[in-house]
Amino acid sequence: MQSDMKKFKLFDILFISMIIIPIVCLILLRVLVYPVSEGINVTGALIYFTIPMPIQDFPVTESQVNSLAVLVMLFGLCLYLTHGIRKNVNVKRTVLAEWIVEKVEGLVKDNMGEFFSTFGPFIAAVMGLSGFSSLLALFGLYAPTSDINIVGGWAILVFFLITYYKAICGPVQYLKSFTEPVALLTPINLISEIATPISMAFRHYGNVLSGSVISVLLAAGLQGLSAMVLGWLPGFLGEIPLFRVGIPAVLSIYFDIFSGCLQAFIFATLTMMYVSSGFPQDEYEKRRLKKAQKS
Amino acid sequence: MLELAIGIILGCCALGAGMAMIAGIGPGIGEGNAVAKACEAIGRQPESKGAVTSTMLMGCAIAETTGLYALVIAILLIFVAPGMLVNILMSVI
Repeated sequence: MQSDMKKFKLFDILFISMIIIPIVCLILLRVLVYPVSEGINVTGALIYFTIPMPIQDFPVTESQVNSLAVLVMLFGLCLYLTHGIRKNVNVKRTVLAEWIVEKVEGLVKDNMGEFFSTFGPFIAAVMGLSGFSSLLALFGLYAPTSDINIVGGWAILVFFLITYYKAICGPVQYLKSFTEPVALLTPINLISEIATPISMAFRHYGNVLSGSVISVLLAAGLQGLSAMVLGWLPGFLGEIPLFRVGIPAVLSIYFDIFSGCLQAFIFATLTMMYVSSGFPQDEYEKRRLKKAQKS
Repeated sequence: MLELAIGIILGCCALGAGMAMIAGIGPGIGEGNAVAKACEAIGRQPESKGAVTSTMLMGCAIAETTGLYALVIAILLIFVAPGMLVNILMSVI
């Protein structure tokens, strides 16, 4: 019994360190690798190194490394929450895990209907990945969601899902769905089909990026203001960034925490809506009935 | 002459970014309308506050999209386009 307990604690520590170590590593990487720059400026993701490839070089950027770290963190969090889960045992983390699962399943059932009731894990994964990626900005790291390549990848994944569920009744039915309600509208339907992933990617990335750009502009402005007010003092006293203490943090509550979580929720909700609205419910039911009658 | 050309590039990029952000008017009006109606709905039926709020946030996010397109274009014009255009100019000369 005693050794079992010890083993349990050991795994707990391992899982918690799986959450903390990636953040520490990212901060260290950022401190060590980042080039020294003059003043405050807006930059994209830093390219760590490029791997030469036959067609085009493959750059390994900060946003890729950060999003992989977020994956490891989420994996550790899930393992920690579900570690030692048993029937009728109400440990705090078990209750939390159950609450998360129940909420997500309820959300999926409300928005997508009975057919998609197995979509819960995917939606929870999208939401957690997006939310934690945005929250990474709280540690002063580059949020992967402010890079269009990452968010664009998710949007393309969602686009494949939409297309799969649209074409579930065969390719003929899929092609036919573009001519609805009138055949004349086919080009417009095609454009709106392509516009879906683009608008999803731009919405998420634009929101997060605008927050970080505004934060940087505010920091630069406050720097200038404090230089104006305290600049006449001699020596190092003139360089104290007085107004940069605390004030940007207020903005960070909105842009990093509220906006990041809201965008994660919206991305997940839009995924659910697009997938369930593209699914031809009546046609699918009809075909299933026909198949049941045949056999 | 080269200075003049670079100056025109930088100035026009800034002007274009400013003009692109005129698109911010639309989402502003739209979101204002949405929130006003949501407030009315909550005032009429306070028990439906949760559903109305989440629907309103959803609608606001979709109404915001056009403004965000403009924002992305403005950011590209300010931070990316000048360098690219100056490079093209240099390669032409």
